[in-house]
Amino acid sequence: MNCEIQDRGHAAVVTLSGDVDLESSPKVRSALLDCVSVKSAVVVDMAGVSYIDSSGVASLVEAFQAARKTDTSFVLARVSEAAMRVLELARLDRVFQIVTEVSDGLGHGD
Amino acid sequence: MSLAPTGREPKSMPFDGDPVARLRVPANGASLKLVRRMVREAAEACGCSEACWRDIVIAVDEACQNVIRHAYGEREQGDLVVDVRREGDVVAINVVDFAPPVDTAAIRPRPLEELRPGGLGTHFIKECMDRIEFREPPPGAGNRLWMAKTIG
Repeated sequence: MNCEIQDRGHAAVVTLSGDVDLESSPKVRSALLDCVSVKSAVVVDMAGVSYIDSSGVASLVEAFQAARKTDTSFVLARVSEAAMRVLELARLDRVFQIVTEVSDGLGHGD
Repeated sequence: MSLAPTGREPKSMPFDGDPVARLRVPANGASLKLVRRMVREAAEACGCSEACWRDIVIAVDEACQNVIRHAYGEREQGDLVVDVRREGDVVAINVVDFAPPVDTAAIRPRPLEELRPGGLGTHFIKECMDRIEFREPPPGAGNRLWMAKTIG
């Protein structure tokens, strides 16, 4: 699993790839919470996610809830088919803001 | 895979169906990628479509996580066995551990209306598989979860 953070000024793009599972999800959780605490917008690029389990989904939910508390925009972008299936199972496809391009989650001027 | 030094390895796993693949691994997060890989290959060998094997992989992965986090927990260590079989038009998977028996009545999915991290694994298993039962474990084992899904 890879978790790369791109600094885009007021925003951060967190690119996840590979398997987000029990072993790797603590790293994802930590990265997302760090970004949410200092940025006004966080976009999670999930195009390269080949697998995500309940612990990975829990990391997304925790970051989403932290973002709501600080009025930070938290958006999932380019969600892979495998990851979307799991979000649908958790009925979270209706909770998260999901966009087709990373730029759609960054707002104007980025 | 290596056998436990405790001598608790069952002599056999006399489950129903034709054996397709079986893996015994230490019950920890580092083993799960190998488990997922084996289950995918076994389900594909049974004729499962991508949508079908993906769901089976999700269910088995979550079942193994329950073993790691709840059956063994932080204080116990041990192995788990994932056994894939074909029963007619069904793929059947047994997840067996050597932990103390769990209170199966206490295992239930949480309401999805509650937006909170965690507690989704059991829901995923129920959604992804057609049948789930705790069955009698083989001699020397602690718990056995049997799951089945029609090949599609």
